[in-house]
Amino acid sequence: MSRRRIRLQALRIAIFALAAAFFLVPIGAMFEFSTRGIGVASPRTLSAWAAIPSTPELATAITVSLELALITSLLMLGLLLPTMVWVRLRLPRLNRIVEFICLMPLTVPAIALVVGIKPLYIWISLNFTDSILTLSFAYLILVLPYAYRSLDAGLAAIDLKTLTEAARSLGAGWGTVMLRVVVPNMPAAILNASLLSASLVLGEYTFANLLNYENLQVAIQYVSLVSAGTSIAVAVASLLFAFVLLMILSFAGSRRRRGGRVVPAETPIAPVATVPPSLLAEGS
Amino acid sequence: MSTNGSKLGVEVRLEQLRRVFAGVVALDELSLTLAPGELVALLGPSGCGKTTALRLVAGLDEVTSGKVLFGGTDVTTLGANKRDVGMVFQAYSLFPHMTARQNVAFGLQMRHVDEQARNRRSDEMLELVGLSGYADRFAHQLSGGQQQRVALARALAIQPKVLLLDEPLSALDAKVRGRLRDEIRRVQLEVGITTLFVTHDQEEALAIADRVGVMNKGRLEQLGPPTTIYSRPATPFVAEFVGLTNRMEGEVKGGEVIVRGTRLPLVRPDTPDGTAVALVRPEAVSLASDGDAGGGPLVGTVIAVAFLGATSRVTVDLGDMIVLAQMPTSQAAATPAGSRVSLTLRPDPVLIARDETAAAEA
Ligand SMILES: Nc1ncnc2c1ncn2[C@@H]1O[C@H](COP(=O)(O)OP(=O)(O)OP(=O)(O)O)[C@@H](O)[C@H]1O
Ligand SMILES: [Mg+2]
Repeated sequence: MSRRRIRLQALRIAIFALAAAFFLVPIGAMFEFSTRGIGVASPRTLSAWAAIPSTPELATAITVSLELALITSLLMLGLLLPTMVWVRLRLPRLNRIVEFICLMPLTVPAIALVVGIKPLYIWISLNFTDSILTLSFAYLILVLPYAYRSLDAGLAAIDLKTLTEAARSLGAGWGTVMLRVVVPNMPAAILNASLLSASLVLGEYTFANLLNYENLQVAIQYVSLVSAGTSIAVAVASLLFAFVLLMILSFAGSRRRRGGRVVPAETPIAPVATVPPSLLAEGS
Repeated sequence: MSTNGSKLGVEVRLEQLRRVFAGVVALDELSLTLAPGELVALLGPSGCGKTTALRLVAGLDEVTSGKVLFGGTDVTTLGANKRDVGMVFQAYSLFPHMTARQNVAFGLQMRHVDEQARNRRSDEMLELVGLSGYADRFAHQLSGGQQQRVALARALAIQPKVLLLDEPLSALDAKVRGRLRDEIRRVQLEVGITTLFVTHDQEEALAIADRVGVMNKGRLEQLGPPTTIYSRPATPFVAEFVGLTNRMEGEVKGGEVIVRGTRLPLVRPDTPDGTAVALVRPEAVSLASDGDAGGGPLVGTVIAVAFLGATSRVTVDLGDMIVLAQMPTSQAAATPAGSRVSLTLRPDPVLIARDETAAAEA
């Protein structure tokens, strides 16, 4: 019995180590590369990292991408959560259709989406604003499937109908119901959806590049043309940042579980990882 | 109530309420007037429209036609959050992220009561339902019965015009159910609030209500005090749904029915003559040890004695049918299982089961 346990444990550790290696070796290699000196025998240096703040394109791109991540997450929550609640309560027959629509972006390649959306963006930038923050709307489409999945799991875990009806009969309007009753009862799911959206936005390259906006990944790509070391340093930093986000997410989830609350932690499904396309560019 | 001592009750009137779901009539012209402070229980089998009726009164669902009036004011088109009703749900409905006190205070907060007054009142309400020491517990730290009591406190805290209870006890075990039922009645009388109580448990309805409304297929079959509902059921459905009945074949003749040689008066003397099935209450059947061992239409063997507390239910096999008799436990001791007994039917007015009349004649 205990022998089997030990073997099982060993297997677990082996699989974990393999998976960890799969993720960590490339990052380690990138880190190693980013700390190389100029010559073959020159000592390790952090000069590539030190160059990040002093490269203005990078600094702006980082800010812009963080803003995009924040705006996209908020838009997603503002649009998706009330819609899903309403559909569940009042239009249950539309549930499948809404699910289908939300999952559709998964089946359409990003490149096809961009081609379709490009004329719209040209029109917007000519007539209204050419701010990069308008990218949030396109990103909203990209994050829908992931956000939908986590919010769906969160909503399934609470007795939405009874809780909202109880709150309504106690005098709460719909806004109050959402903010005071629905949201506080699915914090893990909301955090999950937001962080997945944020990490997806931080790693996005195709849309920004083809629509001629300079977000973090596009900037990394430009910088790599000048200084490979710095571009890799930023790539490592953005990957680590996304990892930290996902770690926060899973810890927040498991802490809730231990607290014995009704909110179950959803297993985070990592979206399109923030693998900088600049790496591919590097190779060619 | 301890805070103001005033009685809250208003008259609640349902006028020909009708609700149709995609062609299915869930509620058919329900009319019902609750006097201020009255507790009316709606009783009926699953799917008869009880919850639908309650949700229409609460404003959680929209009527197909008909009206709801509170104290003479038409509230039919008012949203649930404007209607001033307190509702206790069948499912556990406490907000899981709030303590008991915060739950009770929620409705007061919606009414912009300041925090101090809010907490004071919440504590009072928790005391009213006997949970003073539990104010800081979350729902998952409370038993089912305690959760429903907090839900009751929460519903009452806002001093609603009407209290609506949708099978609040059905998720609880029998013992807690009985206790909490009495508790609800005590609180309701103390507060004096007009209350509509929905249940499918006849014992619960008869025990708690001023008046009981028996529903069947979206219609109100009979409305009256518990004793009337039980002893003078207006329809065969009510007779069969409320309390156990024996279905005994007999012959209707001139306003009476002859069941196995015993003449019983009819609730409806205008029943046409012919073969019919009479509905006889177990309490109307008494037993005597059959010393002389003679045969007869009402002689049989006891096959089971079920102890119910103060009363016992005796099952007698008459050869061609089974009859239930209910009596004080002390009497039942005289007729243990296996003994030969003769039955006497008390001449209470009985109802005829409508469906069987036709079948028997055919
Ligand atoms: N939202 C709905 N859509 C369609 N039909 C419904 C809906 N709600 C209720 N019904 C139907 O209306 C009828 C009455 O339902 P209701 O919930 O009022 O029954 P009930 O008396 O409360 O039963 P129970 O004792 O099982 O709770 C049922 O036939 C039910 O299927
Ligand atoms: Mg019901």
